[in-house]
Amino acid sequence: MTTRDEITAGLAEILEEVAGVSPDDVAESKSFTDDLDVDSLSMVEVVVAAEEKFGVKIPDDEVQNLKTVGDAVSYIEKASA
Amino acid sequence: MSRREVVVTGLGATTPLGGDVASTWEAMVAGRSGVIALTQDWAQQLPVRIAAAMKVDPGTVLDRVKLRRLDRSEAAALIAAHQAWADAGLADAGVDGERLAVVVGSGIGGATTLLNQDDILEASGPRKVSPHTIPMLMPNGPAAWVGLELGAKAGVHAPTSACATGAEAVAWALDILRSGRANVAVAGGTEAVIHPLPLAGFAAMRAMSTRNDDPEAASRPFDKGRDGFVLGEGSGAMVLETEEHARARGARIYARLAGAAMTSDGYDIVQPDPQGHGIVRAINAALRDADVSASDIAHVNAHATSTAVGDIAEIAALRHARVTNAVVTSTKSMTGHLLGAAGAVESIAAILSVYHGIVPPTINLDDPDDALDLDVAALKARHLEVPAALNDSFGFGGHNAVLVFTKA
Repeated sequence: MTTRDEITAGLAEILEEVAGVSPDDVAESKSFTDDLDVDSLSMVEVVVAAEEKFGVKIPDDEVQNLKTVGDAVSYIEKASA
Repeated sequence: MSRREVVVTGLGATTPLGGDVASTWEAMVAGRSGVIALTQDWAQQLPVRIAAAMKVDPGTVLDRVKLRRLDRSEAAALIAAHQAWADAGLADAGVDGERLAVVVGSGIGGATTLLNQDDILEASGPRKVSPHTIPMLMPNGPAAWVGLELGAKAGVHAPTSACATGAEAVAWALDILRSGRANVAVAGGTEAVIHPLPLAGFAAMRAMSTRNDDPEAASRPFDKGRDGFVLGEGSGAMVLETEEHARARGARIYARLAGAAMTSDGYDIVQPDPQGHGIVRAINAALRDADVSASDIAHVNAHATSTAVGDIAEIAALRHARVTNAVVTSTKSMTGHLLGAAGAVESIAAILSVYHGIVPPTINLDDPDDALDLDVAALKARHLEVPAALNDSFGFGGHNAVLVFTKA
């Protein structure tokens, strides 16, 4: 079982790799677009990398609901449960 | 109303000779070759195992995350354009974006992105294909990136005419500035396709040198021993301004872009017209446009790619157009053939020849072709006043672009 903190840390690694986001800036309250400056194309990369890292499926019509890091953590937590 | 004059105020380049204009020019004048052996595993099965790679890899210049979304040709164009922009003193000058245009072309575009992503598609399926693929491979990508980063809003254009692209971009920018659609334009060309498929394709045309055992001697325009061109990569960009705009801000002026012309052969998809009619018409038209007589051209930076037919056809065309007092050179002897960037990088060399009074050498010209009856700067740079210089560029498809630069 992966904890929320572990998922957040995993997302931080991905965000650093694909979008150059500093891991220190990543927190559950942060918005991908408004706070972390992740544009729509980079968000696609984040999603694909997250699917691989956490062994989950994140359908395209679900991605628009993932506004914050916390939203993504919750989705991944639920999907991998 | 008198015509709006156009001048060159900034230069930028990343080439097989250096990561900027200063290092490229220094190597050119010194007569150094940028051609190297391709030692990568993928090259070993190819008939051509030499190329002129960029001396400074864009990966060491641009930010890693930014490079994820740039084709190598886009990265090179951004590097050259930012250099030209800074060189012109425009980085903090508050240029009105609605009066700034960009014309940057590529001969082949994002072919390496296309091929690399196809490898990913084959190996891992469509979901692993990068979402940046399309903006990386689209041929207007380099122009669009340059326009985006410099804030150009008067129009961003990407002409493509194979190996005439870089010169054609400069010619279109001249039109834009003369017509009053912008006050400032960044013009240039870019190319980065050192990859097995383009190499195999050009080799299959029997267009390339196979002097694999002696890379530095492989590009030898006008020499009896020439056996084809050497593929190079890089980018050249220049800032062009109306003279009025440049004078008003006290800009340093390298040269005047006095005239340009473009013609098409209507002869063959890849073979040059052996009579060179299209080239002669382009030279004549460019001279008329510049109001310079053929006998006043002191220097020609030739297209001469080191192929058997092309080099001598160009010499014959220059003679036919009565450009016979010029010291001719082919800087491709050192840079290799930069395809869509060639006309831009070679225009920069011609501009610096006007500015510094130095013509870089044609290296490897040990045994001149018997048909070579013009004065070529063989082996060593020449020091001479260059009041007017001409740059020739020709491309597969029958494109001819000729530019005339004069002392400002």
